[in-house]
Amino acid sequence: MQEVLRIEGLAKTFTLHLQGGARIVALDGVSLSVAAGECVALAGPSGAGKSTLMRCVWGSYGAGAGRILLRHAGGEIDLARADARSLREIRRTAIGYVSQFLRVIPRVPALEIVAEPMIAAGMAAEEARERARALLLRLNLPEALHALPPATFSGGEQQRVNLARGFGPPRRLLLLDEPTASLDPANAEVVVGLIEEAKRAGVAILGIFHDQAVRDRVADRLFELHPVRERA
Amino acid sequence: MTPLLEAAGLQLRFGRITALEDVSLTLWPSEVVAIVGESGSGKSSLLRVLSGLQRPDAGRILYRGADGSLHDVPALSEATRRRLMRSEWGFVFQNPRDALRFSVSAGANVGERLMAAGWRHYGRIRQEVAQWLARVEIDPARIDDDPARFSGGMQQRLQIARSLITRPRLVFMDEPTGGLDVSVQARLLDLIRGLVADLGLAVLLVTHDIAAARLLAHRIMVMRGGRVVEEGLTDRVLDDPQHPYTQLLVSSVLAA
Ligand SMILES: Nc1ncnc2c1ncn2[C@@H]1O[C@H](COP(=O)(O)OP(=O)(O)OP(=O)(O)O)[C@@H](O)[C@H]1O
Ligand SMILES: [Mg+2]
Repeated sequence: MQEVLRIEGLAKTFTLHLQGGARIVALDGVSLSVAAGECVALAGPSGAGKSTLMRCVWGSYGAGAGRILLRHAGGEIDLARADARSLREIRRTAIGYVSQFLRVIPRVPALEIVAEPMIAAGMAAEEARERARALLLRLNLPEALHALPPATFSGGEQQRVNLARGFGPPRRLLLLDEPTASLDPANAEVVVGLIEEAKRAGVAILGIFHDQAVRDRVADRLFELHPVRERA
Repeated sequence: MTPLLEAAGLQLRFGRITALEDVSLTLWPSEVVAIVGESGSGKSSLLRVLSGLQRPDAGRILYRGADGSLHDVPALSEATRRRLMRSEWGFVFQNPRDALRFSVSAGANVGERLMAAGWRHYGRIRQEVAQWLARVEIDPARIDDDPARFSGGMQQRLQIARSLITRPRLVFMDEPTGGLDVSVQARLLDLIRGLVADLGLAVLLVTHDIAAARLLAHRIMVMRGGRVVEEGLTDRVLDDPQHPYTQLLVSSVLAA
């Protein structure tokens, strides 16, 4: 299958200037690739750098060294070096990211939060809202909640809004950081279904799954990360 | 696509005080850039220089007008600058009193901008103004009221209606939520967020409120002592700050 993401020698160190310049080496030369239709699960103990790796791909963390190559627009773009404008464009068109927590936007209803990235990606507003509704219903979020801002939703409800938002627009690469963490088994099952569909559609998926059963079902491959200190 | 505003090497001194030191910035259409930093860091000076209110001691600022022509901002004639301010640029100041006239009605404050932009039909101006009052969540029935009797939040929303009614391409905002109660701030920020997205405005937003920057901005520039110490995608700057000063700024707000 065609490679979508190739990470070469990714390193990331945090320097905590307020802590006397303490340095935390989170990633130390990681290389990995994900193909279209493939799901690679990041594994390893807490603090191994799984979320950090994902955020480097998403661009909310800056890579310290290495390359993050994404197949894009007939060529390749190095996300480790892309400027803010290119990263925004990539996020609009190519990469989706489902983090563990929804960043609530005050007063914006759940349905609009889900439809927004689809509209930004070029879908007609009506079609986007229809797909948003269908996704939310599929994730068992009752219609009565769709028109409400998710600020007052439970953790699991917010997570489902977040998932619907992530799975809404067509993507080449999906980043899933513990997408089933606060879900009950029935909803986790829905997420498994969404992931399987995305894979069949050729989406490359990089995921972190603490739920072993979910991971075994969706992951084609495990990629083990080791805390850097232990390795040294 | 070409940038709307491009500035490079801006320098501004007041006696021995350095207000701006080698500041560069590029703003693209429909882009919201927040300029954050402590008071006295040069944020407002930068806004004044970029909008031609103040000449820099050195540096270049180019604005691309709606007709595609390039304007050298510090060299603008007063007439051109006034024309841009009437038509293509909008301003939202911290203090609504700096923009509103309290001797005339709320509606006149908003309608004035349309008249300056060439609207002549009284009925149509009034109708457009009423729509904009509703859009900024002011009851259109208050169109003839004196804005001096409005609350601070309402005055600020009136100022926003006044500056956006002509659909400027570029809006300069200086602490638009400063001086308001926290609950009022949240509503105002959200209103601004919605309008900016709906109208596809390019905005330069000066704020010391990190949460406001997180909510509104695509990009953040962090200023200190007249210099830009860090800039980038909003979530990159806030979640993975590099400069000691940015780390301090981010650590002093809880979960922005
Ligand atoms: N923004 C940050 N600033 C400083 N240190 C950070 C930051 N983000 C992560 N770290 C550090 O990087 C290391 C890796 O963290 P990360 O969150 O990537 O681990 P993880 O594998 O996702 O763990 P978990 O399974 O607990 O979620 C940790 O030591 C963490 O404290
Ligand atoms: Mg993690």
